[in-house]
Amino acid sequence: MKTPYSAFSLLRGALNGQKHWEPAWRDPEPKASYDVIIIGGGGHGLATAYYLAKVHGIRNVAVLEKSWIGGGNVGRNTTLVRSNYRLPQLHNFFEFGLKLWHNLSDDLNYNVMFSPRGAMFLGHNDGDMIKLAERGDAMRCDGIDAELLTPKQIAKIEPLLDLSRNARFPIDGALIQWRAGTARHDAVAWGYARAADALGVDIIQKCEVTGFVKDGNRITGVETTRGRILAARTGICVAGHSGHVAGLAGLRLPIESQTLQALVTEGVKPMVQSVVMSQSLHFYVSQSDKGGIVMGGDPDNWPSYARRGQPTIKEHAIAQAVTVMPALSRLRMLRTWSGVTDMSFDGSPIIGPSPIDGLYLNAGWCYGGFKATPASGWTYAHTLATGKPHELNAPFSLERFMTGATIDETSVGPFPNHR
Amino acid sequence: MYQITCPHCGPRAQTEFTYERTTDSIVDPAAEPQTAMQALYTRANPMGLDDEIWRHTYGCRAWMVLTRHRVTHEIHAVKAIGPEALP
Repeated sequence: MKTPYSAFSLLRGALNGQKHWEPAWRDPEPKASYDVIIIGGGGHGLATAYYLAKVHGIRNVAVLEKSWIGGGNVGRNTTLVRSNYRLPQLHNFFEFGLKLWHNLSDDLNYNVMFSPRGAMFLGHNDGDMIKLAERGDAMRCDGIDAELLTPKQIAKIEPLLDLSRNARFPIDGALIQWRAGTARHDAVAWGYARAADALGVDIIQKCEVTGFVKDGNRITGVETTRGRILAARTGICVAGHSGHVAGLAGLRLPIESQTLQALVTEGVKPMVQSVVMSQSLHFYVSQSDKGGIVMGGDPDNWPSYARRGQPTIKEHAIAQAVTVMPALSRLRMLRTWSGVTDMSFDGSPIIGPSPIDGLYLNAGWCYGGFKATPASGWTYAHTLATGKPHELNAPFSLERFMTGATIDETSVGPFPNHR
Repeated sequence: MYQITCPHCGPRAQTEFTYERTTDSIVDPAAEPQTAMQALYTRANPMGLDDEIWRHTYGCRAWMVLTRHRVTHEIHAVKAIGPEALP
């Protein structure tokens, strides 16, 4: 049993030079077979393993990660957590997750620094405000908090926004979800990894899946760079690389991989209190606990697995953010980075069984995967444990594209360019 | 960012071009529903070469097929196409 993280263990360590800490998780050799293999040691994969062990008592589980824990999209996002979607399938799913977020640090015995500071969508015209009110109404019908703000109310929360009437993008109001906010992404990966490991899950890093072991129409295991590993059930959970890994099994998914970029400025004193997004424009701004202003925008709208984006897309997001919050122009950019996102063809994820027996899918998160981590893990664990979807992920089946029951929040149609 | 050699205009900045879809996802109006759905909604999405339809939108507006690598972004071939290949 691992030493729980607590003020008491910190005090105890003070007496012996903090020498009693152990590695947060083991580094085991892969076994020949497992009950469940999860391909991908990102936030979703680790959360799935944790809930498989904790909720369903399935502890003979391996998480296979091709590089290291925290090196993929779980460490590349802009850490926003919210459930303010209009469509009930989406907001009920994310709201279930948001409730898990509120108790996550206690549950994992790991401080994920979840900070429900409020997330607001700005409206810049009548059309925006009608859409925001409609979204807020839809959320409140399902018991999710949403509040429309007037410019005066916004000024009290974000005084640095340009709220003048002659602004390039005048701000008419906003829809805020107070229970939304940010969390520390690395801590989420580490916390889930440590908690899953403590329950007996094998986290196997530097183990890339190179193929599947097939028996007729059934997947019975995987070929990896560290040998063949068998499993009764195999779950794909590889974010931007879903198309590639599913391709190894002969599946063609409604997903196209694109680059999404983000950036952070030098650290400054608190200047952005909440998470600021926009209904019409496309940028999002928040301030990390370290003080850096974290920003992001659109993905590069063409397929790529390169994890490097073109500067014009970044420039576009920065230009919009600076126009809405002019003080940002005084800051210097510290770092930029990119991740590969699995853009699905209706903007919603796919979680459930695949057409191949023994193989399950968790993919298509577009650029909204981080906030979904606990809900995705919870429902995917249910699916892997029982072979059937949880009621929350039942609408997110792969078949919906054939039956026409797509969940298209932005009404874009059959393109991987949903915002 | 890189350059794309338009068959009509020569090398131009990539920002002048827009990506449309891959050549295997053109929907044939006469196709069976299953085949049409495959073309409309699914992609091979390989970590390697694929044939992509791009358009010189902010230039001559012509359509072309790029054989492009999805990891290195290297363009192996650019081929002009006629209106019959429009999606």
